This record gives sequence, structure tokens and C-alpha cells, in this order.
Amino acid sequence: MRDIVLESSGDRRLVTDQRVTHITQRVMGYVAMFAVVLIIGIPVAWVLSGALKTNREIFSTTPQLLPANPTFENFGKAWRAAPFDRFYLNSFITTLLGAGAEVIMAVTTAYALVFVRFPKRDWVFILLLLALMVPEEVVIVPNYLTIAGWRMVNTYPGIVLPGASIAFGTFLLRQYFRTIPPDLIDAAKVDGAGHLRTLLSVVVPVAAPAVATTALLSITAKWNEYLWPLLITTTEDMRTLPVGISRLLDQEGNTEWGVVMAATLFVIVPVMLIFLYAQRFVVDGIASGAVKG
Amino acid sequence: MQFGNIALAVRRDWREWLTFIAFVGPNLLLFGIFTYYPLGQNAVLAFSNYNLITRSGEFIGLRNFDTVFSSTQFGKILINTFVFTVASVTLLLVLGLMIALLLNQKLRGRNAARSILFSPTILAGAAIAIVWIYIFDPRFGFIYALLRPFGIAAPKWLTDPNWAMPAIIIVYVWKNLGYATVIFIAGLQAIPRELYEAARVDGAGALDRFWHVTLPGLSPVMFFLVVTTILTSFQAFDIINVMTKGGPVNATNTLIFHLYELFFVQSSAGRAAVVALLLFVLMMVVTLLQVRYLERRVSYA
Repeated sequence: MRDIVLESSGDRRLVTDQRVTHITQRVMGYVAMFAVVLIIGIPVAWVLSGALKTNREIFSTTPQLLPANPTFENFGKAWRAAPFDRFYLNSFITTLLGAGAEVIMAVTTAYALVFVRFPKRDWVFILLLLALMVPEEVVIVPNYLTIAGWRMVNTYPGIVLPGASIAFGTFLLRQYFRTIPPDLIDAAKVDGAGHLRTLLSVVVPVAAPAVATTALLSITAKWNEYLWPLLITTTEDMRTLPVGISRLLDQEGNTEWGVVMAATLFVIVPVMLIFLYAQRFVVDGIASGAVKG
Repeated sequence: MQFGNIALAVRRDWREWLTFIAFVGPNLLLFGIFTYYPLGQNAVLAFSNYNLITRSGEFIGLRNFDTVFSSTQFGKILINTFVFTVASVTLLLVLGLMIALLLNQKLRGRNAARSILFSPTILAGAAIAIVWIYIFDPRFGFIYALLRPFGIAAPKWLTDPNWAMPAIIIVYVWKNLGYATVIFIAGLQAIPRELYEAARVDGAGALDRFWHVTLPGLSPVMFFLVVTTILTSFQAFDIINVMTKGGPVNATNTLIFHLYELFFVQSSAGRAAVVALLLFVLMMVVTLLQVRYLERRVSYA
């Protein structure tokens, strides 16, 4: 609020009133920030402390938030409790293949929709738009039968293929590509660049933030995927991390919480690190998708 | 000369078309195989007694629909789906809007708070579910630890049919609150400042400005959020499967969980396809509402 010099005392009171509401609002804002940090922070603190506690502390009748004698032994135990090296390998491979395919196809499809001439280009766009409306869950039964028919149950292609096509990222990029000045594209053409070179040396560098957002969204989605890998993998050595850890609980009622919390961190920490590094891209990308439509 | 030009143009067109097909083809092909074809296949399966183990089946008319819709737990499943969706969507919108309004001012550390709140959205639902099982644990969990000093007994969240659904909703809202908030903040920042100035000049108080400027200005974003959160709530599977497996006694059994249960526990592709069709129709209705709304509000650019 700007300070305004006002004549009458009534107006002055109005200004003070506004300043008071303004201050209340700011205080409430900080209270909200504090609440947000608590709401998210407490469960996170509970995982970390659980992973660092000894069994004696975890199964004590007077649980404390902070571990009295922090220990790292849960991580070792967790690593041995299930084939986590395999889970990691499987998650890395399927994420790399799945997100890689998605990003490449999103970039090429969006490029073609914006810069390559083709009759009935809009029909192709509509076909993709319709695909966006069919959630994966609705088609898992036939897809399972297809993958089983191709004898790909419990294989990497079986995990990756049904989710490899991409509609949302294509739209995100198409929206962005449309804002690239046509002069840039024409200049590349004049220099004798074909579509592939224009795409790689002009469009992708210019649209790097949007490509990064698409990549990050793809990577986290693939890394976290649960239902499909749960269905399509049948042996322990083909499980991905989210499916693998959830089976630590399945065995019996008496879960060793320290070990399980440590195992949970195996899944969460890589994504957390990526997010810490690139949160601006992710958060702004999500937000712009909603506002620009 | 003339002919040469035309031949050149035709060749150039061909090259363009080939490029287009090469660039778009793989994506469209995968959509064809894993989205469009299964949509049709689903409809066929719903009328057959296809069995996963024997890998065969024949046309049986409406029998799958009859079995699914008249089963004793189906009413409960519909109610659960409805309760879960309405409760989570309402909580996400109300809490998300409140936090967004409070965070949408020049505060130190505001962006950090926004990112912290957003972070559960990007984490694996399965991992978050495991964390919350521990938090809810009636003997060793955080809520027990919190209530113990006050002599209040913690509910047996996940094994008590009355508490299991609230527990699932809490976790789901906790995970997705940051998403709703981020979208609301973006929506708030898209409202032109002049509107607020004008309202203030007209003597509108804070509450008036909220009702007459903020809420109408947020309506596109609000609508977008309603639709996306309804759609994603229909797909909430990981949290339910890890935390309760639809139990206790179907207390958290929803359509998506029922679909999984029919297919992979009972090996009935036909009955699972019926539930998938129902889910699809429900989600289509929600999506079409959005499309109609968008047509009216925004020109598609």
C-alpha cells in the first residue's frame, strides 16, 4: 500500500484501517507458511527419525519424535531385506526407457504439429487430444492381454511400452513451440537446415525450459508408477522400487518400522534430490499448464 | 519450367509428409495399440467370459454387468468412490484456496513454502502410503505419540471400518494439497491488479473484493481443478492398495480397486472390463463437462 496524504480525519482512519488489515494479512500469511512447513515437515521428520531409530526406541511405549541414539544400521538391514540393487536397476532402466521415449516423442510430435506441413494436421491433433482423455487404468485389462500375447509379461518392454506414448507433454511443448518466432525457423531453413537439424539446433535449445519440465514430469511419473508394474511383473527380481518396497509390509503384521522407513527413503530420496535441484521448472510448468489451458 | 516447379513442389510436399509421419507416427502408433484398440477391446471383453488362466472366452451377453452390479458389495463400492471423491476434492479445493490466498502476498520465503508444500505431489504414492501406515500405527505411530500425553487413545485407523476411509482421504489430500495450492496461486496471479484497484476505488471491502473479484477471476482455474482432481481421485490406487487393500470389510474399496481385484484376484477379465467401462463413462462425463465449459469461456488458441 502506498502512503497517501489525506485531508480529512475520516479518510485517515480508512488508511490506518487498511494498514491494520494489511498487517493482519501478512501475519496470517506467515502463520500459513509455518503451518505448511509443519504439515509437510512432521511426516518427513517421522520418516527420517524412524529410519535412524533403534528397534528398542521404535517399539517403545513412549515414542519420541527425535531418535535418542541415531544409528544407520537400518539402512544396511533394509538393503538386505529385499533385492534393492535389482529394484534400483529395474527402476532406473524402466524410467530411462519410458521417460526417454516420452520426451523424444513429445518433442518430435509437437514439432511436427507446429512446423511440418501435412494435410489434416488438426485431425492428428484431435486424435492425441482424445487419447489424453483415456486414463491408463481404464485400458489395463486389454493391455495386459496384449502384453501377455506378445510374451512380454515380466520384461522391461512389457513394463515400458504401454505407457511410452505421450499426450500431455506433447501439448505442453506444442504450446511453447508456437511462441517461437517464425523468423528463427526461416533463418535455419535459409541456412539449408532440414527439419531434424532445425529441431535439434534451433527449437530444442530455445524451448529448453519447457523440454526440461516435460522431462522432469515424465521421469517422476515413471519412477513412481505403481499399478502397471505391479500387474505386469511376476518375480521379485523384476519389481521396481515402489512395488518392491510395498511388499516389505506384506509379509506379516509386525513390521520393522526402522527398516521399512529406511527402505522408503531409498525410493523418495532420488526424486527429492531432482526436485530440490529443479523445483522451479516443475512447479512453474504445472502452474502454467493450468492457467494457459 | 512450369512442370519442373510443380515436380519440385510435389517432391517437397512428399518430404514434408514423410517427415511428419516419421515424427508423429511412433507416438500415434503406440496410442493406437495401447489406448484406442484396448478401448474397443474393453467393450468386447465386457460381454465375454474371458478367463485369464484358460485364455479363452465367449459371448455371454449382459451377464457380467448383472454379476458386477448386483453383487452385495457393489453399492458400498459406489458409495465409497463417491465419498472419497467428494471429500478429497472439497478438502483439496477449500484448503488449497485458503493456503493460496494467504501465500499470495509478498512474504519472505514464500516460494520455498510453495515448493515444500508441492513436494509430496512428486513422490511415489506407494512410499507415502507406507510412511502414513507408520504414522497411523495405533501402538508405535506418530498420532499415538501425539495423543498419548493427553490420555486420548489413538484410533485403530486402518483396521477400524469407520476410520479407514478418513485415513485414506487424509493421506490423499496431504499428497495432493500442494498441487491445488500451486494452481490456485497461478490463478490468483493471473487476475489483473487493476480489477482490485478499481474495486477499492469503488469502496469495496476485503470480503467484497474476494466475492466479486477474486472468486470470479479464479473460476476458470477452479473449474480446471475440480475436473482434474475428480479425474485423479478416480485413479487413486496406490495409496489404497498399500494401506488397506480395500478393507477392512470393503470400507475403502473403490471402483479402481474393485477393477484390480476383479482382474487380478478373481482373474475375470470380463467383469473387470465392466468396471473399467463404468469408470470410463464417469470420467468421460466429467471431461466433456470441462470441454463444454472451455468452449464457452476460452477460445482455443
